Amino acid sequence: MVNQASPLELERNVGNFAYPETHTHDAGVGLTEKTIHYIADIKEDPDWVRQFRLNAYKTFLSKPMPTHWASKDLEAIVFDNIRYYLSGGVQPKRNWEDVPDDVKRTFERLGIPEQERKFLAGVEAQFDSEAVYSNIKKAVGEQGVIFVGSREGLKDHPEIFRKWFGKVIPTGDNKFSALNSAVFSGGSFIYVPPGVKVKHPLQAYFRINAENFGQFERTLIICDEGSELTYMEGCTAPKFNTATLHSAVVELVAMKGAKLQYITVQNWSANVFNLVTKRGIAHEDAEVKWIDCNIGSRLTMKYPGVIMKGRRARGEVLSIALAGDGQHQDTGAKMVHAADETTSNIISKSISIGKGRATYRGLVHIPKHLKNCKNNTECDALLINSTSRTDTYPAITVRGTGNSVQHEASVSQVSAEQIFYMQQRGLTEAQAMSLSVNGFVNDLVRQFPMEYSVELKRLIELEMEGSVG
Amino acid sequence: MSNPTAVLDEVMESEPPQEHSEPTILSGPSVARSAEFPAWIREQQATAWSQFEALPFPNRKDQAWRFSSVDALDLSPYTQGPKLTETQRTEMLDRSVALDQVAGRLIFADEQLLRRDPLPEALVKRGVLLMPLERALLEHEDLFRRHFMAQPATLGSAKFAALHQAWVSSGTFVYVPRGVVVDLPIEIFHWLHAENAAVFPHIILIADELSQVTVIEHFRSAHRERAGFACGVNDLVVGQGAKVNYICAQNWNEKVLSVQMNTTTVSREASGLSLNVNLGGAYSRFESLSRLTGQGARSDLLAVSVTDGTQEFDARTLQDHICPHTTSDLLYKNALTDRARNTFGGLIRVEPHAHFTDAYQTVRNLLLSDDAEANSMPGLEILADNVKCSHGATSGQINEDEMFYLLSRGIPLPVARQLLVSGFLNEVVDRLDHPAITALVHDLIEAKFARR
Repeated sequence: MVNQASPLELERNVGNFAYPETHTHDAGVGLTEKTIHYIADIKEDPDWVRQFRLNAYKTFLSKPMPTHWASKDLEAIVFDNIRYYLSGGVQPKRNWEDVPDDVKRTFERLGIPEQERKFLAGVEAQFDSEAVYSNIKKAVGEQGVIFVGSREGLKDHPEIFRKWFGKVIPTGDNKFSALNSAVFSGGSFIYVPPGVKVKHPLQAYFRINAENFGQFERTLIICDEGSELTYMEGCTAPKFNTATLHSAVVELVAMKGAKLQYITVQNWSANVFNLVTKRGIAHEDAEVKWIDCNIGSRLTMKYPGVIMKGRRARGEVLSIALAGDGQHQDTGAKMVHAADETTSNIISKSISIGKGRATYRGLVHIPKHLKNCKNNTECDALLINSTSRTDTYPAITVRGTGNSVQHEASVSQVSAEQIFYMQQRGLTEAQAMSLSVNGFVNDLVRQFPMEYSVELKRLIELEMEGSVG
Repeated sequence: MSNPTAVLDEVMESEPPQEHSEPTILSGPSVARSAEFPAWIREQQATAWSQFEALPFPNRKDQAWRFSSVDALDLSPYTQGPKLTETQRTEMLDRSVALDQVAGRLIFADEQLLRRDPLPEALVKRGVLLMPLERALLEHEDLFRRHFMAQPATLGSAKFAALHQAWVSSGTFVYVPRGVVVDLPIEIFHWLHAENAAVFPHIILIADELSQVTVIEHFRSAHRERAGFACGVNDLVVGQGAKVNYICAQNWNEKVLSVQMNTTTVSREASGLSLNVNLGGAYSRFESLSRLTGQGARSDLLAVSVTDGTQEFDARTLQDHICPHTTSDLLYKNALTDRARNTFGGLIRVEPHAHFTDAYQTVRNLLLSDDAEANSMPGLEILADNVKCSHGATSGQINEDEMFYLLSRGIPLPVARQLLVSGFLNEVVDRLDHPAITALVHDLIEAKFARR
């Protein structure tokens, strides 16, 4: 099936390289209260943060693995074999020149500094547990936009961040959010003041370099009244034989009339367990939009959610998942309507190739006495090979007479007629296949920022070339 | 034709509740009741009882019971009903009226067979069997053993299936031999009679190659106010090229707790259609497993429910495509009012190599009050390719334009509402190719509206 020498493998492997570890801070293997104190000491956490971590650790221990509904593959995670904190220092650099050479080479190979110059308003680059580089363009900073790491956010701006920290996603939301709350390190804390519209996206890049490592970044973004922001994150890791864990918590807050768009392009290597909790709160007239693209990882479990708390709030999830051999993309969306006239939209497209498995899992909740709430859900799955698998498990609760929901899902394969038609016009089977698959995701991909949509299209083309025959 | 007012005349309040002190069903089946059964079945029942005791009680955290009010499933009050007196028997027989023309009829009340209207001589001669289960297990042991609860209950109610197996003492056995077409429906009545009685309705229906048969089961309560518990299992086997229609008209009173588990196995070029009409019950759960095991097999899963008050209806379905070139089509429509709750959990599963599957699943909820709640979990699991699968779930309310139109024509609000709800449900009922049964189902639905 997928040929080792195919261009696709080159593409997937763009992040498959590692440099020797030169970490000065290492919390060792396994997780105990000592690990948590170690992390809190290094980060010089305020007391309340230390206590927050310790409480979360207890919650983590008390929560069972969600294997009664989720993949049994979760049992392959051995929490005692994971290293929870690795860094070369807690203070990120403001200039690429100051970043240590090997780390700088890593990000240069991934093209981050180049992208920053080209189209970003600010960049943060996280290497294992801590951000090594963090910079925001001067003009954006002068508008009052705060773009820092989680440590600085909680330490230097508690008046802004403490109010919402752990409020959108409580520690006990699930086992992995509790784990993250106990050992979080890195991630972005962003505040956009009222009325400020950040023209260019802010970007974070998450890189795992070490083996047997767990990355637990924590992100909190607050868009104050009438502001606008687009945030992008990218993720890669080298391919190790052992399991690596990535378990982030991302909280978004869109105050009245704010617009917040969060874009993820996840391309972890195939040994990474990617278990992420993402949720946003949309106040009156605000909009939270998740654009979620999952290409990598061994098992991804991620269901970005929006709680529509104010009237006319809007939530949207656009999701593309590509599941190849050995991959399980268990993705979806949660939409909780909590005010009148709120609307939500979920569009999910998945492609399963080879032995890949794509799963959509969704939740739509409209409680009683709300009026004129609407939800639309569309899930389309494309199966490429006879060994591919796709599942859909939505859960929809509606009460009352004022609301409407519709859910539709379809599963199909590339039509033989289409392929025949294109081959007849002189295209190879692989070209025809990739054209057809690109057509399947096209209307979604178009909503991505230019740089990503081009990249994604190319990735799909290459993936298809390897899969035919 | 049928006479709905007679059918639903349940006002029998004058009769005092009967006093009896039978042990409850949770103390285990009495040995006396299965004494005349062969040893092998008694062993099966003993095993089933220990399974029932070992299996955990349903938990809402279990996906198969998500959204379900598992607390309602308290089995402690229910007992085996006492033997009906002669007057009670006559009265139950008089009230067992539904279809005018049937091929055969069995009437049960509190697990006791009250009457059997045998099949016409012509059908008996051609080998068609209609008999109580306890006779079939003696006379047709092979068929019985092969099909009796042959499929494990996989949709969440394994514990209830075990309870049923441990307790079942009667039921219906239908066998239609190769090529025989039974034109008229076979009709079965199950009555709940005594206060807190428990019944375990069972039907084994085997349609051999190229045969055709329609069976309708009525589930009714003799008294409006008496609680009861029904735990039923169906084994429907549709042989090659055969055609089976199965209709379940569930019209228990609103105190009854019911759990019904149906399995349909559809072979090559065969067609199985089931229609479930859910009107009664305080809490009723309905599990339907449809297995498509041969090429060209087709399964239609239809259901309508009308719930009001605090009624809860919980449906779980699995369309299991085991073989290539098979088709299944599910259409469930629910009308909910007052504080009624409805849960649908359905799955289309296309097994590896079951290519060229066509599978559809549509659930529509019509919410008629602010406190009604509809939960939908339509699911797909596709392990093959070259399939056409889709599912859709919607929840909405009466279209205001349609309502306005009817009101502007001088139709009063309650009538207009009923017309629109009937119109909504008719799409399902009209899929049934059997005018007499369609009319009966319409009457039952209308009678339910009339009771409000």
